[in-house]
Amino acid sequence: MMFRNLVCPVCGASCDDIQVEMTAEGIVAKNACKMGNAKFQELASPHRIRQPLICQGGEMLPSGWEEALDRAADILASSSRPLIFIGSETSCEAMEVGLHLGEYLGGVVDSNSTVCHGPTAMGIQEAGRVGATAGQSKNRADLTVYWGSNPLESMPRHMSRYAVYPRGYWTRRGRFDRTVITVDPRRSLTAENSDLHIQLNPNTDFELLSALLALLHGQQPHPSAEEVTGVAIRQMEEMLELMKGCNYGVIYAGLGMASSYGKHRNAEMAFHLVQELNNHTKFVIGALRGHCNVAGFNQVASYLYGYPFGLDFSRGYPRYNPGEFTAVDLLRERDVDAALVVCADLVSHFPADCASYLGEIPMICIDIASCPTTMLSDVVLPGVIDAMECDGTFYRLDDVPIYFQPFTASPFPFTASNQHTLQQLMERVRGRKEAGS
Amino acid sequence: MTEIILEVKGPIGLTVEAEAVCPHRLSGLAPGEIEAQLVWQGPAQLPLSDFFEVEVREGEGEVRIAIEGDASRIKRIGQGMRSGCIEIDGSCGMHLGEEMEGGSILVRGNAGSWAGMEMRGGLLEIEGDAGDHVGSAHRGSWRGMSGGEIRIGGSAKSQLGGGMIGGKISVARDVQNFCAIRQSGGLILVHGRAVRGVGAEMTGGVAAVLGGIERFSPGFVETGMEEDPVLGGEKRPGTFIRYCGDYAISKNPKGTLFVRG
Repeated sequence: MMFRNLVCPVCGASCDDIQVEMTAEGIVAKNACKMGNAKFQELASPHRIRQPLICQGGEMLPSGWEEALDRAADILASSSRPLIFIGSETSCEAMEVGLHLGEYLGGVVDSNSTVCHGPTAMGIQEAGRVGATAGQSKNRADLTVYWGSNPLESMPRHMSRYAVYPRGYWTRRGRFDRTVITVDPRRSLTAENSDLHIQLNPNTDFELLSALLALLHGQQPHPSAEEVTGVAIRQMEEMLELMKGCNYGVIYAGLGMASSYGKHRNAEMAFHLVQELNNHTKFVIGALRGHCNVAGFNQVASYLYGYPFGLDFSRGYPRYNPGEFTAVDLLRERDVDAALVVCADLVSHFPADCASYLGEIPMICIDIASCPTTMLSDVVLPGVIDAMECDGTFYRLDDVPIYFQPFTASPFPFTASNQHTLQQLMERVRGRKEAGS
Repeated sequence: MTEIILEVKGPIGLTVEAEAVCPHRLSGLAPGEIEAQLVWQGPAQLPLSDFFEVEVREGEGEVRIAIEGDASRIKRIGQGMRSGCIEIDGSCGMHLGEEMEGGSILVRGNAGSWAGMEMRGGLLEIEGDAGDHVGSAHRGSWRGMSGGEIRIGGSAKSQLGGGMIGGKISVARDVQNFCAIRQSGGLILVHGRAVRGVGAEMTGGVAAVLGGIERFSPGFVETGMEEDPVLGGEKRPGTFIRYCGDYAISKNPKGTLFVRG
């Protein structure tokens, strides 16, 4: 049987044209890239966690759902300051429950943004953003700048579906109507397919952006800018001429900008550059986001509590201060005493000190497959795969909400979705807290 | 002078937020009332006596708070301080003297990040090293420190004086990145070296780095040389190059940056 118009739950492109055929031989996914196809195969993966697990005597043992939920609720209800980390491959609906749980417990709620495009969100707060949907850019953009990103390898369909190759209303000839600039220290695959490659030195995005802005303001940058960035002033001017001369330009900022030294200051300068370019032509900027719903947490948290990530509820109202209330900082400072990790492998991806501390405190994990985080957890609750086994909402990389429907159901009788799991956990935590008060 | 001596009882688990530890908040309180003042540990509000041994020596005039022991996991000491003085024997946590308006704070050890954030007056002296965001603006706020003085005896990390509109900060040793970012007033004096981004987005005020800058901000334009300029009320011997910036953020910036020639 063929299922059409499915949403892919992998990267920020959230492609909504996937076709899946379930055959006797396995799952065939059409239109999906290699990353998407691999994810659809997870449905039948032998690594899938198919029952709750509880750590007993240092060993992860299968348990009943009720028992596992009780243990998880005990951990959260007895903690003084839990960290609730909600990964970005689950739905906004699950994130909403996680945020409410964090507020109820007076804990801290964070998401992948904190180690992903959080600096970009902070840059937006500092400078504001001129943005557009992917559809706008597809139809209008005749200049595409990939800054610190390599979509041909990290978001394989971005160029073909949204940015470079598709024929738009005002870009009828597709790639022939567009100029592509890549700003990257490496000669990446995307750089090789670009019209201009600005090969700056690593961690000099801030200096390059500042120099471009100084040129736009009619001043020659400080002479050291060439040596620091590795980019000749002449090349900067060439880039600026292309930018000023286009009808509609778009910068897709990747983690090369947001996570190289300078972080949110890099992003802030990029937003200022785009604002200035709007004195010459129409220019927008957006983030190339890594996960299918990493934008969703920013949206849901901002809508509910006013801040995009790293929310502290210890005072009963939300507080925000990256560097103080963000997951990496709290774990490094040993400033939480329990963790609930939803759909994220923190132990693999966080700094060693943080991963080590996660091993010291009680941890609950909701995940679909075994990983270092599930191995260090006290309770593992099996995850349900969003967009395949349950419906919900993702926010695409351009902050457009995409409602997704499943083509199969949750394999578990005890939970229909990660949202359902978190709701059940919330009820039990509430029961314990109310019984104790 | 009334002296309140707070001795940290022992190792502190989750960090404590103790804005109650401030002279004007403890002024006129009996020892029992001081012990009962509430501080935050996570979502719990607990009495001060859970973390400190309290001793009060009654006297006349302003209140002096002396903190003994390791206060590096205690945040927000002296937040919103208006008068009196605080002396911290060792190190202290984040947000020391945040939004302080008057009085003085002396830390003999190191201070955490956001010390003197959005400070409006008074003196904040850190004999050791300071963290990030000293004298800076709060996240999303445009204006940082507006008055008073911060003296750092050691080094400071990044974003020192971010959004500063007035007052004075001096650092005896080095700073890291984005010192004086978005400064529009006041004076920042760094006696050691800076890494990068000095004066980024600066539109006014004066910043001086006496020990050199590793990576110069591209939006600064040389405007002349000065011999023995007077910075922070003192003559600084030597030849200095004066720059104006940051042209990356404005077509007509008024920020002045001095670097030893």
